[in-house]
Amino acid sequence: MSGISQEDVAHLANLARINIPADQLGHYAKQLDAILNAVAEVSSLDTENVVAMSHPVPMTNVFREDIPGVSLTAEQALSGAPAVEDERFKVPRILDEE
Amino acid sequence: MSDLIRKDASELAGLVSSGEVSAVEVAQAHLDRIAAVDGDVHAFLHVDTAGALASAAAVDVKVKAGDKLSVLAGVPLGLKDILATNGLPTTCGSRVLDGWIPPYDATVVTKLREAGVVILGKTNMDEFAMGSSTEHSAFGPTHNPWDLERIPGGSGGGSSACVSSFEAPLAIGTDTGGSIRQPAAVTGSVGVKPTYGGVSRYGIVALASSLDQAGPCARNVLDTALLHSVIAGHDPMDATSINAPVPDVIAAAKRADIKGMKVGIVKELGGEGYQAGVRSRFEESVALIESLGAEVVEVSCPSFPAALAAYYLILPSEASSNLAKFDGIRFGNRVGDDGTKSVEQVMSETRAAGFGSEVIRRIILGTYALSAGYYDAYYGQAQKVRTLIKQDFDAAFAKVDVLISPTAPTTAFKIGEKLDDPLAMYLNDVATIPVNMAGLPGMSLPIGLAPEDNLPVGLQIIAPAMADDRLYNVGAAIERELLAKWGGPILGMAPELAGA
Repeated sequence: MSGISQEDVAHLANLARINIPADQLGHYAKQLDAILNAVAEVSSLDTENVVAMSHPVPMTNVFREDIPGVSLTAEQALSGAPAVEDERFKVPRILDEE
Repeated sequence: MSDLIRKDASELAGLVSSGEVSAVEVAQAHLDRIAAVDGDVHAFLHVDTAGALASAAAVDVKVKAGDKLSVLAGVPLGLKDILATNGLPTTCGSRVLDGWIPPYDATVVTKLREAGVVILGKTNMDEFAMGSSTEHSAFGPTHNPWDLERIPGGSGGGSSACVSSFEAPLAIGTDTGGSIRQPAAVTGSVGVKPTYGGVSRYGIVALASSLDQAGPCARNVLDTALLHSVIAGHDPMDATSINAPVPDVIAAAKRADIKGMKVGIVKELGGEGYQAGVRSRFEESVALIESLGAEVVEVSCPSFPAALAAYYLILPSEASSNLAKFDGIRFGNRVGDDGTKSVEQVMSETRAAGFGSEVIRRIILGTYALSAGYYDAYYGQAQKVRTLIKQDFDAAFAKVDVLISPTAPTTAFKIGEKLDDPLAMYLNDVATIPVNMAGLPGMSLPIGLAPEDNLPVGLQIIAPAMADDRLYNVGAAIERELLAKWGGPILGMAPELAGA
């Protein structure tokens, strides 16, 4: 259930928003193929009737009283931002021009 | 070099609280040690000289005023650079966060500050905690004090190396698949991964949220317990934090009595693939445990051979989601924003420039495992294997009080040896991963040097969830006998560092 091509890596890199240079796609494809072959071992166990487990502790919703507390100021929250304008995060163009 | 650097944390806390030595003197001794040897070791990414001296001075004021002090007031500590620190850089070993200064403290950091623990600085790590050698840090590797050409383990190699090179008596690590325990094993120090939910994850940059757990690193079991007691406890800011009393780990470390206990050797964690010297030291500890009046039996956990595979699907899947926030929009560095490019292009360039190859590999792998069409075969199947692992542990703990195995299959390997072979690197965590998968507490305890290379070997001790105290009881009992046999701490056998 594996077999990962350079085209697959390019597609996945695009989904993950990582600009991998074309000359590195082959190297990643080879390594990922080897890793996928190894992790295919998860299919070696009989898991019929086994329930999947996402967390080691029971996941129940946790509520708290709705009491106002101290939170970060806008200045603090923006302190690490690469670009700021008018007390807001400044971002690159979101919409295409076409 | 001051004698203070070789003292235990408990001893230092006593000297400070009695006024015999000031906390400032203690902090300065460790800062001097860092200045002398960290050029070779590279345990620290950032040393906070001014902050350390200021918090030490604050402890001294309390001593003079006769205020009540915590068990570790005035004791210096190295903090893994994955915990957010208000006003101090936090990089996670990644270029993408180079220069980022968080506006808040992680809960663990808040607790340390309240306890008067003196934070010396931030320690090196594999980028976003992905690795077993600290070679994947964007800021260069950390070197093992036992042999500077070897790795100090990972991902928390900076924390293990600062403790074992006497730069700090204590450190904080995080453990997702062994990142506290394996570094402890290969540096001859003690490291504990507490029960999942036992220590707050608030303010700790998430790698794999269902596996990550912060914990204490030190040079002996009691010091580890003292640090554990300071950082553990329920936190309303972490929805996975367990709302229950913290097990009394300090009392357990002082009890050190395993007479009548049942100890299980995990059949699947040992034997083939484990270095001869690791196996021989492990067998000696088994004999030692029996001589202390515990009953040792072998138990089988048949699903464990598939744990590594399941882990390398679950971790990348969670990481690919967790690391989506590093896109150069709200914090960290932004690359390529020249006004002509779309937000997607800027994100893609930012992430390509900011992430190292191991992080990229795991994000791509996780993205693949979560893709429609592959989800059931990979991520879904891995989660079912996770259930089987937990069931194996449950069955084992129905028969025994604690489980033991070697912590890592080998001693410290050479820097560069496995760097471009991800699968070989992943095997370092084969014995530690099942513990994270089930959310259990685990300790690595030094049990001697492998005869073939004179490098430290670690014993892993595993307990049921919320029975962290058992680790300390068993660990302290073994440690007491080994100290008597060695005539002192194992780190006394390490070579002197040239800069000292």
